Amino acid sequence: MKRKTIIGAVLAIGVAGLGFAFWMMWRPEIATVSQHLNADRETLDRGRRVVEAGDCAVCHTRPGGAYMAGGLPLVTPFGTLFTTNITPDPQSGIGQWSLDAFERAMREGIARDGHFLYPAFPYVHYRKLSDADIADAYAFLMSVDPIKYTAPENHMVFPMNFRPLVSFWNLLFLHGDPLKALPNRSAQWNRGRYLVEGAGHCSSCHSPLNLIGGEKGSELFNGGVVDGWTAPALRGMTEAQHPWNEAQLVAYLTGEVAEGHGAAAGPMLPVSLSIAQLPAEDAHAIAQYILDLKKTSSDAPSPPCTSGVKPSATALRGAALFEGACASCHGRAAPMRVIESRPALANTSAVRADSPRNLIQTILQGIPMSSAASSHYMPAFAHNLDDTHVAALAEYLRNESCANRPWTDLDKTIKSIRAQEQQP
Amino acid sequence: MITLDINGKTHEMDIADDMPLLYALRNQVGLNGAKYGCGLGQCGACTVLVNDKPVFSCLTPCGALAGKSVRTVESLGSVDQPGPLQKAFIDEQAAQCGYCIAGMIVRAQALLEANPHPDDETIRRHMAPNLCRCGTHVRIFAAIKSVVAQGGKV
Amino acid sequence: MKNPTQNVNLSRRAFVINGALVMGFAMLPGIPRAFADTEVDTLGTTILAPDLPGSLRATPYLDAWIRIDAKDGITVYTGKVELGTGVKTALLQIAAERLEVSPGLIRFLTADTALTPNEGYTAGSHTIVDSGTALFNAAAQVRQLLLESAARQWQRSIDSLTTRDAVIYDTQGRSMTYAQAVVGVQLHRFASANSPFKPAGSFTLIGKSLPRLDIPAKVSGGAAYVQDMRLPDMLHARVIRPPRRGSQLLEIDEAALKQLPGEVKLVRNGSYLAVVATDEWLAVKAMREGYAKARWTEGNPLPDSTHIHQLLTELPARRYPVSAKGDLPQPLPRAYKARVTKQYLMHGSIGPSCAVAWFKDGTLTVWTHTQGVYPLRAGIAEMVGLPVAQVRCIHAEGSGCYGHNGADDAAADAALIAMAIPGKPIRVQWMREQENLWEPYSSAMLAEVEAGLDDSGRLRDWKYELWSTPHNERIVNAGRLLPAWLLANPFTPAPSVPIAQPEGDGDRNAVPLYEIPNLKVDMNFVLTMPFRTSAMRSLGAHINIFAIESTVDELAARATIDPVQFRLNHLSDPRARAVVERVAAEFRWPHKATGPGSGIGFAFARYKNIMGYCAIAVQLHVQRQTGQVMIDRVVAAVDVGQIVSPDGLLNQIQGGIVQSASWTLYERILYDASGMHSFDWSGYPIMRFPDLPQQVEVHMLDQPDQPFLGAAEIVQGPMAAALGNAINDATGKRLLDLPLARRGWQDALGS
Repeated sequence: MKRKTIIGAVLAIGVAGLGFAFWMMWRPEIATVSQHLNADRETLDRGRRVVEAGDCAVCHTRPGGAYMAGGLPLVTPFGTLFTTNITPDPQSGIGQWSLDAFERAMREGIARDGHFLYPAFPYVHYRKLSDADIADAYAFLMSVDPIKYTAPENHMVFPMNFRPLVSFWNLLFLHGDPLKALPNRSAQWNRGRYLVEGAGHCSSCHSPLNLIGGEKGSELFNGGVVDGWTAPALRGMTEAQHPWNEAQLVAYLTGEVAEGHGAAAGPMLPVSLSIAQLPAEDAHAIAQYILDLKKTSSDAPSPPCTSGVKPSATALRGAALFEGACASCHGRAAPMRVIESRPALANTSAVRADSPRNLIQTILQGIPMSSAASSHYMPAFAHNLDDTHVAALAEYLRNESCANRPWTDLDKTIKSIRAQEQQP
Repeated sequence: MITLDINGKTHEMDIADDMPLLYALRNQVGLNGAKYGCGLGQCGACTVLVNDKPVFSCLTPCGALAGKSVRTVESLGSVDQPGPLQKAFIDEQAAQCGYCIAGMIVRAQALLEANPHPDDETIRRHMAPNLCRCGTHVRIFAAIKSVVAQGGKV
Repeated sequence: MKNPTQNVNLSRRAFVINGALVMGFAMLPGIPRAFADTEVDTLGTTILAPDLPGSLRATPYLDAWIRIDAKDGITVYTGKVELGTGVKTALLQIAAERLEVSPGLIRFLTADTALTPNEGYTAGSHTIVDSGTALFNAAAQVRQLLLESAARQWQRSIDSLTTRDAVIYDTQGRSMTYAQAVVGVQLHRFASANSPFKPAGSFTLIGKSLPRLDIPAKVSGGAAYVQDMRLPDMLHARVIRPPRRGSQLLEIDEAALKQLPGEVKLVRNGSYLAVVATDEWLAVKAMREGYAKARWTEGNPLPDSTHIHQLLTELPARRYPVSAKGDLPQPLPRAYKARVTKQYLMHGSIGPSCAVAWFKDGTLTVWTHTQGVYPLRAGIAEMVGLPVAQVRCIHAEGSGCYGHNGADDAAADAALIAMAIPGKPIRVQWMREQENLWEPYSSAMLAEVEAGLDDSGRLRDWKYELWSTPHNERIVNAGRLLPAWLLANPFTPAPSVPIAQPEGDGDRNAVPLYEIPNLKVDMNFVLTMPFRTSAMRSLGAHINIFAIESTVDELAARATIDPVQFRLNHLSDPRARAVVERVAAEFRWPHKATGPGSGIGFAFARYKNIMGYCAIAVQLHVQRQTGQVMIDRVVAAVDVGQIVSPDGLLNQIQGGIVQSASWTLYERILYDASGMHSFDWSGYPIMRFPDLPQQVEVHMLDQPDQPFLGAAEIVQGPMAAALGNAINDATGKRLLDLPLARRGWQDALGS
């Protein structure tokens, strides 16, 4: 009798467990649609604004590929996945998705046919968008040129290649409702918060992530690492050693040179170019919200940077390399400095940062040519400078800028960055 | 003194570390292939191969070349014995003023050494760093493709 | 006995423009003493023999063009230069064809003030027309004289003689070389107006594609350019330019500069600065120091780019009527109106300008990639105070110039520095930024069109007015040389004068070729230049043809007539019709590719209405959200008269299509009050491989026995116009402000 009970209990738990698992990991398909209403110009303009704020094209367009047709590889700690085609092509894109299906994807991370989307797609943030914005974004995406293209297969590391496991991740990290305005704050601040925490999904990069790739809630906006670049902390920017004001941050966020800080590079550049497409008031709102973020840590601020230390032998080698490799653009009297009023490299945030990571990445990768921002171009030096040369350059520049706090981990950092670049 | 390995020969030069390779090639060694187009890494007229990778010689300080092999267009063949790419460029008459052509050939050489069967889009993306102002792109592209069509061996 | 050989009056074969020019002058009021008559003005020469074809009219002596002797063999001279169009090879083909020798037997020399005829500038698509025609005739006549000499010596009739590879043979086994035959000939004589006829059907070189002489060296690192010149003890110079036009030098730390390694010398004269060193890299570093250490006054303010076209209408200008016909009603009823603009463009030569100069034993020799060695020589002589006879300018190739770029100014720099450091060869290389900031630009232009149809859908009324700064600021005096403005005793540029019609200046191709009963075309020649401007490939034709062809398309739509058919309805010249029909057939007009954003466009023009014919059709796709323009297919048909080198022509047309696409879609010089932002390629992006048209087809309609018409500039206007028409078809938007695909242009597109 006992055995029967035990077997029965195990079976019951098993069934309940399966049921739970099923409830967790299965989502129904939403019926296809074949017709889309023609949206009016105003709806499309609003939708475009949402889509630019959400940087959809940044991930869903691969270099040389068609707009929103996908195929960009995203390298994550759990493997490489390829962004999907979100043009309205019926077969290879989302042309058969209803608004309900689109909304479910944006708020829950579930595709039309019920499969779970990987949270590389930042639905944890997009779920904060208003109904109207999601509907407008949908209308805009349905108006984009339909392109026949299917991205390559993902290479996810076991067990993450089993999508339903994402449901457990969602259990931990998927929460929150559409953002409502806070009554005691200005309209601009609320707009900034809505953009930053919603479509802009800034904390996806600018926060540390835990082991399973979720944002550490207690460390929101305290900085992160993306594709080997530092996404700096966004807290306390007005109180930093070299503080930011709104004009500088707006310039930076719209792809311009920020006086005293430099210009966006690496993964941030496409984001800035997207923000530059938004109405100016949105860029100001984002800047205002970010500048309002207060520091949460009680760490003492770093001592101020001073220069005037005699350069080491390495730094002198770096100076020579600078003259031959960099000075034609970055030299004191170079037109980029004089006409464009770009700061000396010593006065840029990359050289002043605690980590040399972004300076190293900029030297190695340069800034690719893009027709959207042709003046933001820098050649890559990965093939004509060795690690020792990059280190010498970095030491030289750091000495010019912040001699009292030299970077001590240059060789290690350069090596690890190079190793990352070797990955397919 | 700086020692450079250029086209398989060793050259010792009394020059400073900061001299860009382009000037050393043209003035100290007397080669004409790599050319000054901008000195800013934007046009590719100075393109040479360093350890088989295409680089802008105008932005490569000689002090960064210890132990590396430098190859210029001169190493790919001569007027009497042109290499496959050079022959293709001659056959296609792929030049107008010709100033960009040496850089184009070297950049294409790097591609085909690494990948003898590139598709059209790969060729276009690979050649993007090199500018041609005369509009000879159509012929340059045809010349590269003709080498690919013959097996891509360079 | 008089030679019964058929002599053809070749004046029809030559391109005689004098008659037309005189008429042009008579029509243009307000120019008391215009002396720049054509773009290729042969300054300092007199027309000695007006009835001779081509450049023979200014240089009629046969031995100015061809010399033959036992030591050097056959030497042929041209006053034109190789700009990268392959024209040197084409001229060689012409000379070799009529001399009936293989090209390898000819030593061919290009412009050198000590050796060659003065043929003015290599410009305006005139080279084959002027020099080719001269050589075609001179070579034929020289060969004839050699035959006559042999015939005399052998007491034979000329008809019994043949030639092969510079040897004359008779039917009895006797032979003599050209060098032997020339002994009895006085080549120092005027050419005659008539040359022996040779039918095109018997050509062995003209009409064939001879591989270009210069390409093998260019692909293998041979010395080919002025940049490759290396002379013994040559010094390297770099100039230090002011921050902007009008800036005066306040001070420079001379002592600090002279202490730099490389025995740096500083050349200073008023606001003119240059550094000279033994090693090129050291010169560059000294230049960087100089830029950092010099202090200047602020200089002239830059114009406001957002209102530049408005500014053009407000600056002092001379108004020239260009053409008037019939009776234009005022105002035009139901007219289509358009305002068409283009921005400042730059030549953007891939190799910044360079020159070598050497002042030795009282003679100043300058190696330069100028388009005109004779005018440059005169300007440099005036600038440095030497008699013209003591200055020699020798052309050496540079990178493509596409008109008047920094070449002459760099030559002037080299000359100034060479005079300051006598006895040493001086090489001056401009930096990229210096070329971009100081080369003469192509003028920003504004055109206003008003045009209307009659009731049967034919063009009836046409009113066209344009504003432009000069398109020809070439070296008429020392004051046209930029370095001369910076000297302590500066030179003033000669007053600007437009190139007269039918060649035209900003008004080049402003008059449509179509049959229009009532027409009025006027040009406002703006005399104050916000930026120095001069000639760039096709001059005003680029925007004028764009404006005309956009308007024609709009009116065709109003008349609900297919755009190609509409053009044919107004063209009676059979050669014009032929290129239009050929393109339409090859393109399968109006077949359009499928896919979102697909569009097709057509355009036609005859360059200057007197030179080569060109029709183009374009198929493209526009990505509406990003503004990316993907050119799928370009089909062109051209007729340039007798084709000299088919492949040379093909190369020019292919290149011109790509270049014009780049100008039209992307290019504009960026500037604002804070400065000129197009100082390098990042501030002036041009077409790169990823944007290349996928397919370019060119059909060449050869016209054997017809005059040479000139080919180098016939594509610029039609390609621009075909793109504009295709973008309109793809998007429904009629864009009239170049560049068409400027950053952010897609925002103006609807859904």
